[in-house]
Amino acid sequence: MTSTGISRLFPAVLAVIILALASVAPVAAAEADLAPLVQEFSNRKYDPKVEAIEKLGASGDMRAVAILKALGNRDLYTMKSGDRVVLARETADGMAISDPVTGEDLGTVPEKALQKIRLNNRMRRTISAAIGTLTLMSPDAAIRGDAAESIFLSRDDDDLEVLDAALAKETDPDVKLLMEQARAAIVLENGSPDEDLIAAIAVVKSRGDRDALSVLTGLANGEGPVAEAAKEAVTGIENRLELWGAAQNVFYGLSLGSVLLLAAIGLAITFGVMGVINMAHGEMIMIGAYVTFMVQELIRTSAPWLFDYSLFIALPLAFLIAGLIGMAIEHGVIRFLYGRPLETLLATWGISLILQQAVRTIFGPTNREVGTPDWMSGFFKLGELTLTYNRVYILFFSFAVLALLMLVMRYTAFGLQMRAVTQNRPMAGSMGIRTGWVDKLTFGLGSGIAGIAGVALSQIDNVSPNLGQSYIIDSFMVVVFGGVGNLWGTLVGAMTLGVANKFLEPYAGAVLAKIFVLVFIILFIQKRPRGLFALKGRAVEQ
Amino acid sequence: MSHFSSALTRTAAALAVGAGLAWGTAAHAADTIKVGILHSLSGTMAISETTLKDVMLMLIEQQNEAGGVLGKQLEAVVVDPASDWPLFAEKARELISNDKVAVVFGCWTSVSRKSVLPVFEELNSLLFYPVQYEGEESSKNVFYTGAAPNQQAVPAVDYLMKEAEVERWVLAGTDYVYPRTTNKILEAYLKAKGVAEEDIMINYTPFGHSDWQTIVASIKEFASAGKKTAVVSTINGDANVPFYKELANQGIKAEDIPVVAFSVGEEELAGLDTAPLVGHLAAWNYFQSVESDENDAFVEAWKAYTKNPDRVSNDPMEAHVIGFKMWVQAVEKAGTTDTDAVADAMIGISVPNLSGGTATMMPNHHLTKPVLIGEVQDDGQFEIVWETPGTVVGDAWSDYLPGSKDLISDWRKPMSCGNFNVATGKCGGQGE
Repeated sequence: MTSTGISRLFPAVLAVIILALASVAPVAAAEADLAPLVQEFSNRKYDPKVEAIEKLGASGDMRAVAILKALGNRDLYTMKSGDRVVLARETADGMAISDPVTGEDLGTVPEKALQKIRLNNRMRRTISAAIGTLTLMSPDAAIRGDAAESIFLSRDDDDLEVLDAALAKETDPDVKLLMEQARAAIVLENGSPDEDLIAAIAVVKSRGDRDALSVLTGLANGEGPVAEAAKEAVTGIENRLELWGAAQNVFYGLSLGSVLLLAAIGLAITFGVMGVINMAHGEMIMIGAYVTFMVQELIRTSAPWLFDYSLFIALPLAFLIAGLIGMAIEHGVIRFLYGRPLETLLATWGISLILQQAVRTIFGPTNREVGTPDWMSGFFKLGELTLTYNRVYILFFSFAVLALLMLVMRYTAFGLQMRAVTQNRPMAGSMGIRTGWVDKLTFGLGSGIAGIAGVALSQIDNVSPNLGQSYIIDSFMVVVFGGVGNLWGTLVGAMTLGVANKFLEPYAGAVLAKIFVLVFIILFIQKRPRGLFALKGRAVEQ
Repeated sequence: MSHFSSALTRTAAALAVGAGLAWGTAAHAADTIKVGILHSLSGTMAISETTLKDVMLMLIEQQNEAGGVLGKQLEAVVVDPASDWPLFAEKARELISNDKVAVVFGCWTSVSRKSVLPVFEELNSLLFYPVQYEGEESSKNVFYTGAAPNQQAVPAVDYLMKEAEVERWVLAGTDYVYPRTTNKILEAYLKAKGVAEEDIMINYTPFGHSDWQTIVASIKEFASAGKKTAVVSTINGDANVPFYKELANQGIKAEDIPVVAFSVGEEELAGLDTAPLVGHLAAWNYFQSVESDENDAFVEAWKAYTKNPDRVSNDPMEAHVIGFKMWVQAVEKAGTTDTDAVADAMIGISVPNLSGGTATMMPNHHLTKPVLIGEVQDDGQFEIVWETPGTVVGDAWSDYLPGSKDLISDWRKPMSCGNFNVATGKCGGQGE
């Protein structure tokens, strides 16, 4: 071989050696590093565990992400004999365990041989901060964004270096902004020259949300130019948030209104249209909620993949079951008491107690777990508005139920007969309408709608035998306020009361707000005894 | 429908037990000691109190198998005060006067205890009260086997202050006597620890409150002042579920704003989707997850007795276990079920508690208890993250309230006073 040959070969050999060093050596070194850190998790005290998490976060090794995630999801265990930390997964014949660092399969052991690694909130916080540090260089922009966000929240001085490196490489403008804000937050937290601080304040201010506020408020309490700048930023953000806060309150009010509306629509039929004071109305709602529970229970045991649709299955069933029970009550008790409101009140109150205790005996006195399908959990942001999915869906659902009911009343033969019977019973009877039958169906319709309301309310309230009681008074309030016998009145009444309640609540507290609303309704009824939308005409005067 | 059918079997079983009891009454009427059980089996509080009745029936059955007390069999007299506070007083009177029970185990809410208190004092009978309460009371006729505020609320706040470095506090509660008194004590305590007025937010909601949107939003706002914030919750049972759901829905995690609750235990979690609660805290004197031989034995016996492998145990149940064991020992020691003799014998009695330590009845009719802080786990159990090194003596009169800091309670002779004022040196009279 000639000397030129050697000199040509040399760079290639060197490259191979460097590559080998670069790829093998660090892995071997990191493996030696990670395993003892992971073993630290077997410690019963929290301090060493937190320290180990921090070190894993600082290791820069991407395998640490999976380990930390497993720890956060409580998939890491210690073996009761020997204290080795393992990753365990439940299988049919015990727990399948493997090494959390190498992934090496360690066989299957009974559950009793393992002890779950204890986790507290400090560890959870450290884990998410550590994952943030580790994933800052992730190829996925969304993950990088989340990482920057978690660094913003933890504001850890140690992250500054990684963050600077990530910032230099970042190309996505949105993620870049998030990283700059996170950097500014660290600067603010850990002190620097004044001009840097003032620049950082401007960056953080641009976020304009609550998290920015919590970074800045601490600084605004001092003296000097930095505090001035912080104060100004805080005032700016607060003014902005105040506007959003008012909008948020309107949403809360509408949401509470929609719950009131749902609870009251059924009553608007039985009380508003038929004039029956039905104290068992709340129990119809409760029955709807328990139908949801039973449907979910059946789905859990026999068809788990249907779970996301459980509410759609429960809706018609709840309508039918509550409707049938309502018709049975009408047939067995109420039809003998038409025109005797006091006796109806007492009898239906008795029925409500019977239904409550029956449910208590059958299902037990404790709350029943009704799960929330995935598509109804969580929230989305609209500007600074936090809109929770379950509330948004319930808002639209209540409108849909009301609209459907109005269509039935207006455009179907049954609706026509119903209106005819309530307006002039003898005349309707002489035209060949079976008034008794129409009464029964109307009462069934009102009860069925209460059942539907129960399905929706099972998502936001406790499913317990007492569920109905909390809604009965509110429902009557809405119907009386809105105007007896008028569905539009029920809608406007529910929404007005909801919004009024939510605007009073921050100032007066939840207890006083309720009292104020009640007093207001009493005064209002003095002035307009027939409610907001009074029915006019001879039918009313009877 | 498995739930439905198992519920039916349970009902049938309960009826059978009831019938058995009635038969037992007839057979042993002459030579039994009667034990009254005064817990709501219907109405709002049935959710919590029904379990306590079951525990008492199990304890009595076990004691009878072990030979009873003073050579006599025990006989349970179960009444249902139906969550109706005045009815508690009527039923208590009925138990003492008509059924001639030797002792009553019962009540849950403070208002029900306040309602029966005059009855027990007038007829001179004994009540064992198993629930954590607001303190500010010590009656000659009541043994408080639940926690006083210094055995639950104050250590929990200490934990948050020291371990979680919390500086800003939301005291949220249901609007009735227990949360109001507890929050008054906590507010005074926090201020004594140097927490500023503007760092404390107090909020009350009605029973069964279900629309938490505004309140959770205002907690979020309160927490954005740059200081670590925690919620101390005295929210009563039912309203908790929508509260935690709303917290989770608005994206507040336990890591950001932890909630420490004094009324949420295993039984309350049993009917819930616990995912939104994971990491939130509760302070009690007992958790089902406590590791001790006594607890393992108890939980196993309890599951076998209820024939339900999913049945959970909780703090007030442990209080009844301790209270019952103490009463049995006191009766054996006194050799009679006479109220005054048993009450005297009670003081100083020690029995093992379920967390591996000992509970001793103090002269103020309160117990020594360990304080445990647990974090909710996804399986509805608590992971104990902190506990007091030893046990804490229950303090009937809070040291942090101006009206009660000079008061002590000591039912030993010759003092025999529930509210002795150390400043004036006089006994202020009973039960205020």
